[in-house]
Amino acid sequence: MKKLRSKIYFIIIMAFLYLPIIYLIAYSFNDGKTSVWKGFTLKWYEALFNDAQIMGSLYNTLIVAILASVISTILGTLAAIGIYNFKGGVRSALQNVSNIPIINPEIVTGVSLMLLFTFAGVMMGFEMGFWTVLLAHIGFCTPYVILNVTPRIRQMDSSLYEAALDLGCSPIQAFFKVVFHELLPGILSGFLISFTYSLDDFVITYFTRGSRFQTLPIQIYTMTHQRINPKANALSALMFVVIIVILMISNFASMRKSKEAAR
Amino acid sequence: MKSKRPAVPYIGWMLIFTIVPLIMVVYYAFTDSKGHFSLEPFENASVYSEVFLYSLLIALISTFICLVLAYPLAFSISRCSDRAQSMIIMFLMVPMWMNFLLRIYAWVLILQNYGPLDMILNWFGIDVTLIGNSGAVVVGMVYEFLPFMILPLHTVMSKIDSSLIEAAQDLGCSGFHVFRKVIFPLSVPGIISGVTMVFVPTASTFLVAQYLGGTQFMIGDVIERVFQSDHHTGSAIAVVLMVVILGFLVFMNRFGDKEAVN
Amino acid sequence: MKQNAVVSLKDINFKYSNEVILNNISLDIFDKEFITLLGPSGCGKTTTLRIIAGFETPQSGEVYFEGKDVKSLPPYKRNVNTVFQKYALFPHLNVFDNVAFGLKLKKLSKSEIEQKVKQMLAIVDLKGYEKRPVKNLSGGQQQRVAIARALVCDPKVVLLDEPLGALDLKLRKDMQIELKQLQQKTQKTFVYVTHDQEEALTMSDRVCVMNNGVIAQVGTPEDIYNEPANAFVADFIGEANIINGIMLEDCKVRLLGVELDCVDKGFAHNQPVDVVIRPEDIEVVAPEEAKLNGIVEDVIFKGVHFEMSVRCNNCQWLIHSTVSQKVGDTIGMRVDPFNIHIMDKMFLNPTNDIITEVYYSDLENNTTTILLEGSEVTIPDTFYEEGAKIKIALPPEALYIAGDGVGQLDEVYIESVIWKGEHNEIILESDERKWIMQSDIDEQVATYVPLCFDFSKAEISEVSADEE
Repeated sequence: MKKLRSKIYFIIIMAFLYLPIIYLIAYSFNDGKTSVWKGFTLKWYEALFNDAQIMGSLYNTLIVAILASVISTILGTLAAIGIYNFKGGVRSALQNVSNIPIINPEIVTGVSLMLLFTFAGVMMGFEMGFWTVLLAHIGFCTPYVILNVTPRIRQMDSSLYEAALDLGCSPIQAFFKVVFHELLPGILSGFLISFTYSLDDFVITYFTRGSRFQTLPIQIYTMTHQRINPKANALSALMFVVIIVILMISNFASMRKSKEAAR
Repeated sequence: MKSKRPAVPYIGWMLIFTIVPLIMVVYYAFTDSKGHFSLEPFENASVYSEVFLYSLLIALISTFICLVLAYPLAFSISRCSDRAQSMIIMFLMVPMWMNFLLRIYAWVLILQNYGPLDMILNWFGIDVTLIGNSGAVVVGMVYEFLPFMILPLHTVMSKIDSSLIEAAQDLGCSGFHVFRKVIFPLSVPGIISGVTMVFVPTASTFLVAQYLGGTQFMIGDVIERVFQSDHHTGSAIAVVLMVVILGFLVFMNRFGDKEAVN
Repeated sequence: MKQNAVVSLKDINFKYSNEVILNNISLDIFDKEFITLLGPSGCGKTTTLRIIAGFETPQSGEVYFEGKDVKSLPPYKRNVNTVFQKYALFPHLNVFDNVAFGLKLKKLSKSEIEQKVKQMLAIVDLKGYEKRPVKNLSGGQQQRVAIARALVCDPKVVLLDEPLGALDLKLRKDMQIELKQLQQKTQKTFVYVTHDQEEALTMSDRVCVMNNGVIAQVGTPEDIYNEPANAFVADFIGEANIINGIMLEDCKVRLLGVELDCVDKGFAHNQPVDVVIRPEDIEVVAPEEAKLNGIVEDVIFKGVHFEMSVRCNNCQWLIHSTVSQKVGDTIGMRVDPFNIHIMDKMFLNPTNDIITEVYYSDLENNTTTILLEGSEVTIPDTFYEEGAKIKIALPPEALYIAGDGVGQLDEVYIESVIWKGEHNEIILESDERKWIMQSDIDEQVATYVPLCFDFSKAEISEVSADEE
């Protein structure tokens, strides 16, 4: 009885989470702009792929996400190691400052960076655009890398590093031959989180992009703000498929890995 | 591995891209357009105090609904097998990976006049406007942030050993008492982090109200609008928002510590 | 002997955030010997090892390796290899790659590496384990991989940091013998760190006993056991009865009110000393045949001998004897003069003397306050003028450890705890000095405790400026 009740409840919540998305996707195939079903079509997908602006912003989004996640992974991993070697008060102060972009409301981070970039732009003569968006993204991604790498550093047996030195590694060699392997799971998840957050970011990009630079979330905003645009439905459907495929691949990989470990 | 030097680039980075921008916000909030110290921005900002309270109210209601919806779900998930748990958690995460504007947009489509829900209600003879009101905003918020409540609750609850519950039953606790004396106290850290993770973004988010709320804006929308013309007043609102959020975080932390002591 | 010291430590001082870990240590380690650094946790033995390995740089002093100063040489340029406490095997590599790690860095040819690794794995009995992931090995096997990994690099000196600590007792005993054989087979210098005295005595050519950052004694296992340098060493190595005595003259000591003959000379007249007698050196005889008599309180059969607890003049003695006695019997305890070991007291003064100026005094409440290591300490029922110079002699029994955690001196380090038959003699170290304390409680060595003073047991007197 109790089991059944919680099962029904679970299904209701799942329906609440998924039905809107399914509805969104279903209507990407609707040959009409309203909620009245007028027959099956793929024309919105065609329009989507032919929209040079959307494709351009997709390209921008990917470039920013790749660069931002790579740079913040390097910066964050180094920072995590360095901060870990500070002691007591200094360490927790650094950690707290590093967490500000996570804790602070996104909109405040966004406007504060806008103030900085406008000011610096006037001083040094540049306009906000690709570079400012990239800097802003690195800024909010790096704390997540630090959050993911620090526990791995804490768990790592520090004598592993010493063992590598003892056997003849220089500190740099010891890092790449031993420490890196130990931190890798944290570095990877930090990288993935950075990548997805950067892909998805709207608020901070909105304030730091200037007037011309477009990313996909910005494009979605212009498409959907105060109007109905079936192209957005088509885009949602495509994004959903990509997400499902990525999740299935990563799940499959981790399942194979755990099977191997079990053997 | 013992060196502090690798942190140097990021410490510099934080200085330029975290500390300086915040100082600039505070600076703008306390100066007028000529750069003199002034409380004028705050006076201008006081016009929006009603919007502010409205935003906090919406955030509070949304957070409460999320908690009520998420708590039983998180508990029943935490009693499943490990494999089932990770599957369910994955399914809960999938919608979160969709762009948040698209998710809100989905609700615009569902709630719009002559949209599916409107049609169904009409069929039953109920004629209400579903979109363009606070209710729609709350629905959007709950949809947006429900997983943020479920996940921390689940993390904490999955660590509650089933034998604790059995021990309580063994010692004579009835179902409700087990909940009150064992499950609830142990899940408090999850409640705290869940409430924090939902309240902070709901209170400060922008666009959700613009999409679903009609003319009633929230404080995030106000900051965006005001900033387009007046950095000083915008900064003042941002500072107030920051202080309120910070106060909320400190309060939640204190609350958590007190609970931990008890 | 001097010329074949492989490693020489000279006047090493090491501090870790203001805490003295090593206090002026000098030690020569000779070629091909098995030397053990032995001591309780916190004595500085691991730090000494880490200084030899190059993981720590001492604040002062020199480290010589085959006559060359290596103090500032990083670990990867030293011809020493370490076997770590928890093995520190690289989890992402298999057995072969772990062992080959050092060789690959030396840029040896592939075939040479393979041959050397195979050979080394055979020596440590791990033939056929090459491809296994190290995670799947048992503790003993991981231990062997760690040893192989260090040895295959052909270092002059192998450093082992409590390598058997994580193994169970049976495996430990086997590995002790194997390690010793391995050392003899490979003809390498082994520096071994342990807190297990039995392990040290079994395996070592020489043992270096350390306590609280200083070397207490260096010698062969026999020397250390038979001729301990002080009460700490006697207490730490094997079992011992350690009793307060007074040296009357050369070869004559008084303990528990009885005069006994001994063979030690060169002490001052009436000097308080520690008298050490091993439990197996006490011969049980008829009461009238010995100067010391006691009542048997407890007898435990230990397989080879009986362990007896005997009370003699309020003092508890431990005796090992092959003949059992009845509980309650009075026995005589005879000790040959050469089995009575006399040693200087570790704490020379019988009382803790504080000479200081009065910080302020309060006539109304009849109290005097002094400044002790930066904190104010108020002495009740005593009045001296402000600024007067006073001497406070605190006997060991006037010191106690605060039960509620708040002491007059916080964070005082327990340097040693030695059972003196009736009570524990505890030596403590605060920021500026050492203290001697008497207690019936078995305090934990190398921990920090809050220290309190009972001034009613103290002798306080004013000292004139010229007297000091």
